[in-house]
Amino acid sequence: MRVHAFRLGTIAVVAAVIALLPFGLSNYHVGLFAQVAVFFIAVLGLNILTGYSGQISIGHGAFMAIGGYTTAVMSRDHDTNLVLTMLMAFVVCFAFGLVVGLPALRLSGVYLALVTFALAVSVPQIPLKFSKFLGGSNGVQSARTVSNLWLYGVGWTAAAILFVLAWLLLRGRLGRALRSIRDSEVAAVSSGVELPVYKTFAFGISAAYAGVAGSLFVLATNGFAQPNEFGILLSLELLIGAAVAGLGSLWGVLAGAAFVALLPTISKDVPVVGSQHGQDVVFGLLVILVMLLLPTGFAGLLGRALRGRSP
Amino acid sequence: MAAAETRTGTQLRNGAASLRGLVRPIPLLLAGAVVFLALGSTFSTIFAQQTVAGLAQGAVYSSLALALVLIYRATEVINFAQGEMAMATTYVAYQLILWGLPYWGAFFVTLAVAFVFGTVVQLALIRPVQHKSVIAIVIITVGLFILIDGLVAWKWGADIKFMPSPFGQTVYHVGGVPVAQEDLGTLLVVVISVVLLWGLFRFTKLGLGMRAAALRPDAARLVGVRVDRMLAVGWGLAAVLGAVAGLMAEPAAFVLQPSFMQPILLYAFSAAVLGGLESPIGAVVGGLALGVFLNLVGQYVPFVTSEIRLPFAFLVLLVVLLIKPSGLFGRARVRRV
Repeated sequence: MRVHAFRLGTIAVVAAVIALLPFGLSNYHVGLFAQVAVFFIAVLGLNILTGYSGQISIGHGAFMAIGGYTTAVMSRDHDTNLVLTMLMAFVVCFAFGLVVGLPALRLSGVYLALVTFALAVSVPQIPLKFSKFLGGSNGVQSARTVSNLWLYGVGWTAAAILFVLAWLLLRGRLGRALRSIRDSEVAAVSSGVELPVYKTFAFGISAAYAGVAGSLFVLATNGFAQPNEFGILLSLELLIGAAVAGLGSLWGVLAGAAFVALLPTISKDVPVVGSQHGQDVVFGLLVILVMLLLPTGFAGLLGRALRGRSP
Repeated sequence: MAAAETRTGTQLRNGAASLRGLVRPIPLLLAGAVVFLALGSTFSTIFAQQTVAGLAQGAVYSSLALALVLIYRATEVINFAQGEMAMATTYVAYQLILWGLPYWGAFFVTLAVAFVFGTVVQLALIRPVQHKSVIAIVIITVGLFILIDGLVAWKWGADIKFMPSPFGQTVYHVGGVPVAQEDLGTLLVVVISVVLLWGLFRFTKLGLGMRAAALRPDAARLVGVRVDRMLAVGWGLAAVLGAVAGLMAEPAAFVLQPSFMQPILLYAFSAAVLGGLESPIGAVVGGLALGVFLNLVGQYVPFVTSEIRLPFAFLVLLVVLLIKPSGLFGRARVRRV
């Protein structure tokens, strides 16, 4: 019970800090922390899939791309309300996720991981092929751009809603079913869990989260959806975020998202590091270091700390 | 991975396989493909030319794919940094040649460096988390990818470098078909390294130990195999194969640049998966098949332009996997719950 109260208290504090943060920050830093919200949503989605249902995806950058292009194209062609396009991105990516989830039923483990990896590499190539509709390598410019504050507010509101949604979904029947699938598919089926339904649904919902993140991601880059922004590195960053967060727990996600969203930018300001290459070196080193020290991510650390608090 | 292949399960499967073994689809398919390529080559010079060029490219994919398979068998993870490790060792060769070593001298020194590099990576980064978390190992290789990329760009710069080709620009004519010496040389080097590696695994005590360590680590430890040491050697050998791939890919790509192995890594992934991740033969066949297939499709199917060459390769891969979820030469695993 004390753990429960402790968690609620922590959430309240974190939420309050996030809500008050823009008042004390420069415009630039508000934009930077809005990026954390983008990664928070995407890592959260990936965690639902990989952490709860045990299906590894290295391709969530692809869903972010689809979400981002949905927003940019709808805004360009119909000047649709931007928040509405985020909802559309959610729905479109949910559908795409279901479609990808179907072949995923037949594959498992590393094979699935590599197919999703293929997805991450392939999707950014598609705008290059169909350049009339999707703008080629120049990308698609949405009709409106937003301020950093708008991005921060909408981003964290969306993050909060999606976090609560994930928590509601996963605490009950669905969460139990997914965890049982992760631990043993055969045992899950024997206990009456309908494997195809749950696995595909997990893929869909996870992709939908990535879609919303992609939509915000595009708005954060001045409303430009460009193929190189959604390269393989983005998918890898999401996976790093999920691993740093710790799989199978919603609580470490904030740490994972902050790690991948802030670290490259912060290390840029360290004098010795300076360049893009130095930044890569620092980021790579830290990723390795964190994984060596915390193989189960921040959630594992948090879990140990909580257990220490109330045994 | 808590589940293990059960002995009875394997026997049952083998029994079933031998019943169905009267008609073997995969060898038949391959034989068909070889006949098709041979026939096509006799009818059309361009076809023959594309086939040979495809084989040379495919050999590079094969060699990197084989490195991935070696590590997958030993550690049960995909090493995302394999391509970047190969890239870094290629830069080592570049530096050695710059210092005045002859090409083949630099070649062999580089392979030695690669071996040490691979071993050190396993000992320092992989072993500490070996049995704790698969995802941690994967992420560490991803981190290594980013780290090596940054380090190489820092040391040598991200701009394009030129390195002499070990093979001249000579072009032979075999029955009217122009065949570049470079393609033949690449094929030859890869074939020699694969055969040497096969010999090592098949005929030496070290190879036996490594196979045992990868297949049944606990049982191997009981009979006195130094499993940890074997795994480290496995990573070293994989790095050597990667270095061969990098050194052979470089003249074909004409440029040396920190990102030059990335597309090759993707094709090597596809090749390894196509062949079945646990099968060395599969990796070699998969790589060659992919190289030839892509070259021929690029030549004869106008829709497949260079932008969607890679997605197209993946689409084919997906279709193969949907028909045979564990690759062409992979065996479905029987797991105990």
